[in-house]
Amino acid sequence: MTEDATENSREQRYISTSSEWTFETIEAYDREIARIARDKFKLDTYPNQIEMIRSDQMMDAYASIGMPVFYNHWSYGKHFVNVEQNYSRGRMGLAYEIVINSNPCIAYLMEENTMTMQALVIAHACYGHNSFFKGNYLFRTWTDAEAIIDYLMFAKKYISQCEERYGVEQVELLLDSCHALMNYGVDRYKRPAPISAAEEQNRQQERELYIQQHLNDLWRTLPHRGREREEERVVRHFPEEPQENLLYFIEKNSPSLDIWQREIIRIVRKVAQYFYPQRQTQVMNEGWATFWHYTILNEMYDEGLVNEGFMMEFLTSHTNVVMQPGFDSPYYSGINPYALGFAMMSDIRRICENPTEEDKRWFPDIAGGDWLSTLDQVMRNYRDESFILQFLSPKVIRDFRFFALEDDDRKNTIDVAAIHNDEGYRRVREMLSLQYNLSQQEPDIQIYKVNVRGDRSLTLQHVLNERRPLNNDVNEMLRHVHQLWGYDVHLHSVEPDGRTVRSFHLVGEHY
Amino acid sequence: MAYIVDRRLNSKNKSLVNRERFLKRYQKQIRRAVSDAVSRRNITDMEQGESITIPKRDISEPVFRHGQGGKRSIVHTGNKEFVEGDRIQRPPGGAGGGSGSGQASADGEGMEDFVFQISQEEFLEYLFEDLALPNMVKRQLLSADSFDYHRAGVSEVGNPAQMNIVRSMRSAHARRIALCGKERRRRREVLAELAVLDEGEASEAVETQRGVLQAELARLNVKIHAVPWLDDFDLKYNLKVKLPKPSPKAVMFCVMDVSGSMTQDIKDTAKRFFFLLYLFLKKNYEKIEVVFIRHHTQAQEVDENTFFYARETGGTVVSSALNLMGDIIEERYAPSQWNIYVAQASDGDNWHEDNQRCHDALINTVLPFVQYYTYIEIGDRDPQGLWYLYEHLQRDFIDRFAIQRVRNNAEIYPVFRELFRKHAGEEVN
Repeated sequence: MTEDATENSREQRYISTSSEWTFETIEAYDREIARIARDKFKLDTYPNQIEMIRSDQMMDAYASIGMPVFYNHWSYGKHFVNVEQNYSRGRMGLAYEIVINSNPCIAYLMEENTMTMQALVIAHACYGHNSFFKGNYLFRTWTDAEAIIDYLMFAKKYISQCEERYGVEQVELLLDSCHALMNYGVDRYKRPAPISAAEEQNRQQERELYIQQHLNDLWRTLPHRGREREEERVVRHFPEEPQENLLYFIEKNSPSLDIWQREIIRIVRKVAQYFYPQRQTQVMNEGWATFWHYTILNEMYDEGLVNEGFMMEFLTSHTNVVMQPGFDSPYYSGINPYALGFAMMSDIRRICENPTEEDKRWFPDIAGGDWLSTLDQVMRNYRDESFILQFLSPKVIRDFRFFALEDDDRKNTIDVAAIHNDEGYRRVREMLSLQYNLSQQEPDIQIYKVNVRGDRSLTLQHVLNERRPLNNDVNEMLRHVHQLWGYDVHLHSVEPDGRTVRSFHLVGEHY
Repeated sequence: MAYIVDRRLNSKNKSLVNRERFLKRYQKQIRRAVSDAVSRRNITDMEQGESITIPKRDISEPVFRHGQGGKRSIVHTGNKEFVEGDRIQRPPGGAGGGSGSGQASADGEGMEDFVFQISQEEFLEYLFEDLALPNMVKRQLLSADSFDYHRAGVSEVGNPAQMNIVRSMRSAHARRIALCGKERRRRREVLAELAVLDEGEASEAVETQRGVLQAELARLNVKIHAVPWLDDFDLKYNLKVKLPKPSPKAVMFCVMDVSGSMTQDIKDTAKRFFFLLYLFLKKNYEKIEVVFIRHHTQAQEVDENTFFYARETGGTVVSSALNLMGDIIEERYAPSQWNIYVAQASDGDNWHEDNQRCHDALINTVLPFVQYYTYIEIGDRDPQGLWYLYEHLQRDFIDRFAIQRVRNNAEIYPVFRELFRKHAGEEVN
């Protein structure tokens, strides 16, 4: 009798026991998760907007890189049919959720998810990712959560207007070229000021005027008598410094583009810039979100809000998410960012709470500190590359059994450079960190010279890194650059010492 | 506190535009796949969707990336036996070896071909793209069994559900004005005069006049009240008329030689041809009937199964089939009501003496009535007697008579396209 009574009272504390979700239970879970995240773990988030969607809508969201509004392009259609095919054949599952860095933070939840999965996803996306978007310095610097949706609306409308006016084909050609150069359309060091969509529209018109004047000056062809000739003798090097943002440079200086084309380049550039922080913080972002869904749901269990069945289901999914197969497994496809991120975040907590002698030697600053504020600092001030360089501990290296290979095409063998031992920890850590350095992963290509007074040709310079050449797409890529620039394009691969190793040219036939 | 929105009822197919653009971009590959599918497939699943395969290199979007070569380092997990300084032989064949897996995982998908599915509808769309049925415009025939209702003004009769309230009330109003407009005006005057009398001095003469006026008012009221507010003949009804709907219907004659020289392979090729034509007609006409006529020395109308599978032998007299077809047209498919299409398949053999009879039969009883007559001669041999006869006839009926030669299944679809190619300047219907 008494046993039954305690059983009952415990039962009543559960938010729900069914695996079916309803809007009421989702609201109840969200309320509890929000309370724990805010009061207990001090997570600072944007307000949340949770949207329930069907699986086909999820596929739509996939196709438009997760954004609720996006302009049309065939490549998104390609992406869509690919996802549709793989999903309908059972070859891939869809993500449980997509979350958008906007204010309010929009999270899509699939209706197929069970109640447990919805709770996991809410903790993961609406409080994990959300707080990362709001706190991390890269997102704070480079993205504007307030304005992104408005900006995308503007972009979609502008591009569809261009399609009406200049034809879908023209716009598509241009977008193809822009997309090819998208990774070279980001500023890495300068900070743009965030502006609203309405302002954007006003400025767009001002820009049209300005660009026209500016260009006319640069490409002035009517010679002014006497005075001008002397100036010509002084060979002007333009641009004065090599430019890393190819799309920006082309937008501002291409001699052959119409104003609407410049605006479209700008749109692609802005989108690339918006996603740039996500590409740099994959491990941290997923690790952070995974760490928090794990911590928050465990806290819910400790408070008696969820039962054992809930926890079993949650832990099964969680274990799948953070699984890291070894290099010789058929399932291996590189390092799982969820696994590495989660392991490192949990490890930082461990170092704070229960430091070993080794930890004290390696991390004197944080060992034994307050884990909550330490993690908060980490989340705010690092990106993958620096995060790994700073916080990858020997323990995690041992747990993952990391080893570093060096593959030099001048040697007959591939060498093992370092493994998880005392001599190797630092080396592994440095090499893994480099692996997440985007400027190391992408070829370093910059705009070197424009022949302003001659044939207007554009010269790009590729500075070789460890003698690694460009892939076979390079000629195709020059065509895209040419499409935007309108005149001859040259690309030189040079060694850091200035020696040109290989040159590519795209020389037009009739100008 | 989160704001929870149910988006499940939002429209689907947000990606439709992108998907269409993708298909458009790769239509060359899709067309090729569709064309391959036609010669490969069984007839029974001819109509289904198709999975399209495009080589990955055709579809990839280029980016600047590192190629093979130079020095690179990569960190892997799950070390079991390696120690620092180990030298591993490069895997044979693939240069770069260890870095390979890292590269592949970068885009998350292997290097296999890009495969996707198009629906049945899309399949047929591609199958019959740029093809047109000749002479289709001529006979958008009126048939007796389908109607459309069209509005045709208003009527005095009808059922209450079709009552036109506005027109009824307007009509009632007009009638009231016509029947008692004068009385109403007079009543207004009388009332005004009475009001004046009430204001003035009371006297004998005034009282008399008041009496007269009131008597008139009473009379006017009776008359006005006698006119009903709404009368039967005020009621107006929306009129709908039944108009026969143009319903394009077609009959397709399949004529095939089943004499001894027709092998099962040739029959199969013929069947594919008939089936393609059937699908194509089905796309253009709502209602299609198919008549199967097979012949050796005698012609017979048979059902589909017998047509394709029953075995017969004997000589060949083509005119028997043409005459039978002429009879059937006369009996059941009046050219004024039906669009008639004929597809004939044969290996070209005919009894020599029969050619003249064929000629007469075609000119007199068949060709004048058909929309389009297609003949395919199947086989590797040189053109046979029938071919020369038809070639001759074609000059006189260039708008409705087409002949082609087919060697095997793979040629069926190209030949079909040739037969029904949209001619420049022809109206697209």
